[in-house]
Amino acid sequence: MGSASVFTSFQFSDFGFLIEAAGRTLLISVLAISIGTVFGCIFGWILSVARLVGAATLGALLDVFRSVPLLIQLILFYNFFPIIGFNLSPFEAGTIVLIFYTSSLVAAVARGGIEAVPEITRRAARSLGLSYWQDMRYIVWPIGLRAVLPSWTGVALGVLKDSALVSVLGYVELLRASQILITRTQEPFLILIIVGIFYFSLSFPISRLTARLERKWHYD
Amino acid sequence: MIEINAVRKNFGDLEVLKGIDLVVQKGEVISIIGASGSGKSTMLYCINALESIDSGEILIDGVDAHAVSTDINTLRRNIGMVFQQWNSFPHLTALENVSLAPHIVLGKSSAEAEEIARRQLEHVGLSDKVDEFPSRLSGGQQQRLAIARALAMDPSYMLFDEVTSALDPELVGEVLDTLRLLSEEGVTMLVVTHEIGFARDVSDRVAYFHEGVIEELGPPGQVIENPNSEKTKKFLAKVR
Repeated sequence: MGSASVFTSFQFSDFGFLIEAAGRTLLISVLAISIGTVFGCIFGWILSVARLVGAATLGALLDVFRSVPLLIQLILFYNFFPIIGFNLSPFEAGTIVLIFYTSSLVAAVARGGIEAVPEITRRAARSLGLSYWQDMRYIVWPIGLRAVLPSWTGVALGVLKDSALVSVLGYVELLRASQILITRTQEPFLILIIVGIFYFSLSFPISRLTARLERKWHYD
Repeated sequence: MIEINAVRKNFGDLEVLKGIDLVVQKGEVISIIGASGSGKSTMLYCINALESIDSGEILIDGVDAHAVSTDINTLRRNIGMVFQQWNSFPHLTALENVSLAPHIVLGKSSAEAEEIARRQLEHVGLSDKVDEFPSRLSGGQQQRLAIARALAMDPSYMLFDEVTSALDPELVGEVLDTLRLLSEEGVTMLVVTHEIGFARDVSDRVAYFHEGVIEELGPPGQVIENPNSEKTKKFLAKVR
């Protein structure tokens, strides 16, 4: 009796539990990366056009999100909203913080992409009669994207792994699920290997896809 | 007709154009010579409003290039420009470089735009480079690509800003030959250049810029062969 009845070894049904948790990791990551990338591109564009004012205001704000550890941001944000009368679920709070965090990282990448396009190339485009937005769409976007795709991939993979921190709010994603199973089964080695494989199989498609795009877009 | 009236332009405290007057007639080739920093390139940038002006006016076929009400993108379709630094679009093939603007700015179909691009690439002698990316082209070929790209918009005017200055000496000839060809075809051209021989042979008129003013303007036989101004003489003695 005693401890033997509390701990049960890893069972096949636990896979289902982990897969479900991996789905949550995937969901929160996809939301953060996609929405964060859209905002990040807009912020990056603002930083690139409104250099002085942009750097003073938006830039400073984004620096806060980039510099304060994500763990602290999550806890502060999650506990701040009940104070002003809103109750956010761990999922909602975690997603919102991850979106801001991602957009602050992508903003720097996007700005770098825009600034990677030589001024003279943009002038040439404008001299042909392209409007500002046509220049952005047909010249700046494709050239900039190629220049910063590796950096963006790094941000995306980082966010996927950093999403594990949302577990501190009680959201049962992959890391949290593994902790629950470890506590129950006392088989940390096995479970961490399994979870590691899960994270890898979530990340691998992203890095493969972008590596393929990089090869396809290699122009010379 | 391009009419430049009393144009002034400052960069901060530096006055780069101090009242420029110049009329460019249809079909005319005008070369602009002068030392670096004399304002000649800035003048070109002001014509298609890539640079703003501080006073005066520039009329393109009667349309004020710097008026708030002017649709500058429409105006620029009609003014081709080729720059000193190579600026091909690196992510597009030669054909795509040339067909892009006819397609998205003029609204031609892809097939039409491609047809125009092929014709212009042949025009500048790049028929065999249609599918190459710019990184595979020499400097001279890139400049000819830039010329084809500008011509594809079928502009009334062409502006050339020291298009041979960044080239290795052995590549200058092929680009100048292309400019000569255009001048023979009756293209209206404003050519900022350091190639005095080219200016003498090809231009209808030559303008000598000195410290933000047109010091001397006239046929090449006058300005280059027999200048009136001491400053022009001094400049020519130095560059020859």
